[in-house]
Amino acid sequence: MTHSENAVYHVHRDDVGAKMGMWLFLFTEVLLFGGMFLIYAVYRYQFPDQFRVAAMELNTGIGTLNTVILLTSSLTVALSIAAMQKKNKFLSILLLSITILFALMFMVNKYFEWSAKFSHGIYPGSEELLNRPDGQILFYGLYYVMTGLHGLHVIIGVIILIFMLVFIIRNKITFNNYVKLENSGLYWHLVDLIWIFLFPLFYLIQ
Amino acid sequence: MSDNSSTVSTKSFYQQSTNKYSGILSWLLTVDHKRIGLMYLVTIGFFFLVGVTFGVLIRLELISPGPTLMDAQTYNSFFTLHGVIMIFLFIIPGLPAIFGNFFLPLQIGARDVAFPRLNLLSYYLYVTGAILALLAVLLPGGAIDTGWTFYIPYSVRSSTNISLPLLAAFVLGFSSILTGLNFITTVHRLRAPGMTFFKMPLFVWSTYATAWIQIIATPIVGITILLVIIERFFGVGIFDPALGGDPILFQHLFWIYSHPAVYIMILPAMGVVSEIIPTFARRTIFGYKAIAMSSLAIAFVGYLVWAHHMFTSGMSDEARWIFSLLTFLVALPSGVKIFNWIATMYKGSIDPKAPFLWVMNFIFLFSIGGLTGLVLGSLATDIHVHDTYFVVAHFHFVMFGGTGTIFFAALHYWFPKMFGRMYNAKLANVSIVFFFVGFMMLYFPKFIMGYMGMPRRYYDYLPQFEPLQQISTVGSWILASTILFIFSYLIYALFKGPKASSNPWGGVTLEWHISSPPTLENFHEIPTITHEPYDFSQLKEMQHDA
Ligand code: HEM
Repeated sequence: MTHSENAVYHVHRDDVGAKMGMWLFLFTEVLLFGGMFLIYAVYRYQFPDQFRVAAMELNTGIGTLNTVILLTSSLTVALSIAAMQKKNKFLSILLLSITILFALMFMVNKYFEWSAKFSHGIYPGSEELLNRPDGQILFYGLYYVMTGLHGLHVIIGVIILIFMLVFIIRNKITFNNYVKLENSGLYWHLVDLIWIFLFPLFYLIQ
Repeated sequence: MSDNSSTVSTKSFYQQSTNKYSGILSWLLTVDHKRIGLMYLVTIGFFFLVGVTFGVLIRLELISPGPTLMDAQTYNSFFTLHGVIMIFLFIIPGLPAIFGNFFLPLQIGARDVAFPRLNLLSYYLYVTGAILALLAVLLPGGAIDTGWTFYIPYSVRSSTNISLPLLAAFVLGFSSILTGLNFITTVHRLRAPGMTFFKMPLFVWSTYATAWIQIIATPIVGITILLVIIERFFGVGIFDPALGGDPILFQHLFWIYSHPAVYIMILPAMGVVSEIIPTFARRTIFGYKAIAMSSLAIAFVGYLVWAHHMFTSGMSDEARWIFSLLTFLVALPSGVKIFNWIATMYKGSIDPKAPFLWVMNFIFLFSIGGLTGLVLGSLATDIHVHDTYFVVAHFHFVMFGGTGTIFFAALHYWFPKMFGRMYNAKLANVSIVFFFVGFMMLYFPKFIMGYMGMPRRYYDYLPQFEPLQQISTVGSWILASTILFIFSYLIYALFKGPKASSNPWGGVTLEWHISSPPTLENFHEIPTITHEPYDFSQLKEMQHDA
């Protein structure tokens, strides 16, 4: 055995371990949002009527559109992984790009939705909002924080997916070494999953 | 620094680096779990001393009634900073990040943790958090003055720099989560062949249980803290009662994390105890499975008791007696451990060296802390001593007398392995005595004062408390000097101490099978495990090998 000064250190590869780590991380994300769902539950229980009134003002149309967009993007990212497994690099790149595009569309919609609310004077600390009853202030507080934090996760997801795209193009992710792509896919599904809970809680229960 | 006569690489991890740099960069960019562990040791040790300094300063202020040294606002900031530093920068990361990093892979026969680069990231998150926490001291507006619990509504109203320390706690939590995630994956994926779960050393078990708490509890406080920051910046209504929010909800969410966090503090310490006692009693541990399982039991029951911090904040009576009952349940698995340790020592051939004496110190101090915990866990007595010095004394006994003592025990136990040098045993023994005396003088009077009605977090006090307050302050001097003394002789030993053999105590867990300090790859060949973890019949074979 020869030992040069620095070359002894091998980074070993363990795909199962990597995925296990990712699942654990997702678990903490679920708990993070879980904390907020808990707060939502407590306040909804305290102010059922005012939550209902406030929820009527949300734009169910945009919400539904965004749900469709996000669900479809979950599909495309899953297909992108499948394409990679089938050694179809081009298709994988294409599907991943579509996923990113969907994510951006989601954010654009969100932007319009939020700015419409802002123009009606409904934003944290606004006079319009502060004059409303407590339950409505809390509803909008939670609405902005929860969808905002979810939006932040979408943005982080986009950044991760762009990295994956670059990795695929540079052949760092290949058909026999794609655990990074899989893990990013898992993250993206989580972002989707959280939205699936946010959507009915804010837009549908009225 | 390395000895060992084998033919393969004998260079220690100090001489070989994982990257192409040399000097300080080879440390700062290392992904070697041992170097990262040592970097944590230096950083955490530094912040510990900062925390002690704040502690000594608040004690000094209390040496006589009325203003002595600082004004009331400064006092508020100082006890808050003391608490924040000690909790988030010292005691929570202390054992897992330093000794877990260094010894968990060694004890399961692995070359590193599962995600070495993530490990380095955790370290830098820790440093970032630490800087954020202390930055608030320097910025205009003044340092945080809410107490380390950040209770609403004061924490959204106070004009001091609160967001920064809160952000710091969030970042530190993130660091803690990543470390936990790393350890869990490591334990599941990287155990040496033959090392089944029930052949793992108990330190690994307890670190594993801790890692689960880190993962499950920390996100909740993360989001809670984030919400307070958002509330401060944007005036979003979540907790602030002026906006319809519920401050008690904040307390619930805070303690849902912060109570399990006390098990993040104590479980690794219990793991270290379960390592040290068999080694120095030369006997296999009594009730191995019971100890391993009680770690998990503590981790689990620990989730269900958070509201005992809130007996006086207005909960239904039903909630209160349920939480009180559950609190008593935690005593069971803790008791299981204490009895098993004592049974291990029974008829052992005890060799009372410094690490063992530290453990004795631990058992004594921690038992006082634990028993007074029962006083706080019962509703009627808690109402009487709630928010008094009794509580301050209690949590210093469990945290400092418990985990803090074990921090020193672990340092003395593994020092020769980590650095390949030995410290002066006499100085070590003497400092244990002084530590004990200083500790008792500092904190025991607080029990009495608390019982007499001295509230915590007070800048001033009635004249009748003066004698006890003064004893306590003198105790803080003894204790702080002892701590400085310990650090000095250890640092001296680092450079001038005699070389340590690979197994100075006669331990049998895997870290004692390899050279002191270990090589970069830990094991020339990954060992195959056949023995039970504390099977001292191995010692003979090990001596043959050496
Ligand atoms: C020489 C060492 C130490 C001294 C002199 C010291 C002294 C004190 C004193 C006098 C207080 C009470 C302040 C008050 O209620 O008015 C206090 C609070 C506290 N100490 Fe220590 N302490 C020391 C070490 C530690 C250690 C090692 C830990 C943790 C492991 C710790 C954790 C805390 C916490 C969490 C608080 C509560 C802060 C708050 O009320 O927000 N202390 N300490």
